[in-house]
Amino acid sequence: MKNLQSNALQIESLVKTYDNNFKALKGIDLEVKEGDFFALLGPNGAGKSTTIGVICSLVRKSAGKVKIFGIDIDEDFSAAKQHVGVVPQEFNFNQFEKPIDILITQAGYYGIDVAVATERAHKYLKLLGLWEKHNVPSRSLSGGMKRRLMIARALIHEPKLLVLDEPTAGVDIELRRSMWSFLESINRQGTTIILTTHYLEEAEHLCRNIAIIDQGNIVKNTSIKNLIKQLNKETFILDLKGEVKDIKALDAYPLTMVDSSTIEVSIDKNQSLNHLFSHLTTEGVEVVSMRNKANRLEELFIDMVEKNLTTNKVSDNG
Amino acid sequence: MDNQKKWVALSTIVRREIRRFMRIWPQTLVPPVITMALYFVIFGKLIGSRIGEMSSLPYIQFVAPGLIMMSVITNSYSNVVSSFFGSKFQSNIEELLVSPTPNWIILLGYVAGGMARGLGVGFIVTLLSIYFADFSLYSLPVTIAIVLMTSLMFSLAGLINAIFASSFDDISIIPTFVLTPLIYLGGVFYSIELLSGFWKGLSLLNPILYMVNAFRYGMVGITDINIFESFAMVGLFSAILFFVALWLLEKGSRLRS
Repeated sequence: MKNLQSNALQIESLVKTYDNNFKALKGIDLEVKEGDFFALLGPNGAGKSTTIGVICSLVRKSAGKVKIFGIDIDEDFSAAKQHVGVVPQEFNFNQFEKPIDILITQAGYYGIDVAVATERAHKYLKLLGLWEKHNVPSRSLSGGMKRRLMIARALIHEPKLLVLDEPTAGVDIELRRSMWSFLESINRQGTTIILTTHYLEEAEHLCRNIAIIDQGNIVKNTSIKNLIKQLNKETFILDLKGEVKDIKALDAYPLTMVDSSTIEVSIDKNQSLNHLFSHLTTEGVEVVSMRNKANRLEELFIDMVEKNLTTNKVSDNG
Repeated sequence: MDNQKKWVALSTIVRREIRRFMRIWPQTLVPPVITMALYFVIFGKLIGSRIGEMSSLPYIQFVAPGLIMMSVITNSYSNVVSSFFGSKFQSNIEELLVSPTPNWIILLGYVAGGMARGLGVGFIVTLLSIYFADFSLYSLPVTIAIVLMTSLMFSLAGLINAIFASSFDDISIIPTFVLTPLIYLGGVFYSIELLSGFWKGLSLLNPILYMVNAFRYGMVGITDINIFESFAMVGLFSAILFFVALWLLEKGSRLRS
């Protein structure tokens, strides 16, 4: 396993105020270690895409420092850019060009000559399952293929840092899983990956470290393991056999009837489930299946974002 | 980025630009040739034969250099403005902006693409003009130099227009309301010696007049303007437009938020 020592990305007091005076980033600090698989989570408008925009030079920062593999972007952005590959949220390639031409052209922008670029383009088109379509106009590709084409394009100059802005948005489950496995494989080979996503399951499955950003502030920056440890409550949905009119309340196990054959229960992390099931058995209720109400990380994420919202409201009023 | 990589980046942009206008040749190469053929038939043959001589030249010989220059100007301009704005519109300009390619290379790449189309169409129109008019070339160096500088200047102007444009209307306003009147009033169809004092003075403010006359001088040896003034004017405008375009790219104006 790669030693997580030096920083692939270091952000200090990054501020971005847009021309309309909207402050998208309010002085964020962030460190991503080399070799990491890092998730940047946040609700819409939290500042994720602005942060990525600054890293890849599409957004001009208002203040703060950004270093990519130790290279200060204010000193030599051109050198820093050699190390970064970006997969944006929206399709942004020329839809009239063929995938093979898009990749070779992109490589050319990084100074890679046609022979090497062609070899790499073949490699990535094959790896990402696009070889069959390499010579058709890219507008004829499916949504999933277009996303994979953008990943291939971002990798064509073999960057050490790959930044993906919601790469699996609108992608079906099968394709999402195959993209996960591809990203995991390139991360194992040493590429540092930063991912923004709305699918919290994706962050939990793929990433080792995570930052939650909300309203231009980093509200949490830790490992996924630590974050999960902080989860002290889980909500379960229990499907019942037959219909039940009412269930007697049980102290420490707040039960809610969702409908006549479904109940919901919130349980603390260290609480045993045995007592709950004994109680249900006594009540003559038979449970046929049980599942989490929501992704564990999702619950924590919503909790943090809500807390941040409350804090900001208090400080705004104060 | 070392010089070798810069060269690869520049040649990549130029290749991509040429590939773009060659791919859509029925839109980019055929229409200007058909338009110019009609100009030659109508102004050169049908009406021209009744006009007689202009500046002691048969009318078709007088208008041919202007028509060639007109096709170079409009095609250089429209190639860059439509290609760069199209890239902005589709957001694929971001492919270049996130790369380490320096802004001056991006500028040169687009301008070279515009010049390739402008000069390519100009060459086809020149071949066409040989069919309609007889002329021997008066000065090859002057002809080549002025056509290159003019194509460069209007490619730069097209790039600046595209940087500012935020809709397709914005890329047609300048060609329709500025470029076309300037070309038509720029001595393509008449000698400014025909104009009275005020209108002649006003015409001298039109930069296209200088280019058309210098080109006409190169082709047939006749000009209303001192050709050194013409070169100075085109050189000065090109230098100003180059630095304005580069400054806009460096600033990220309308390209980076």
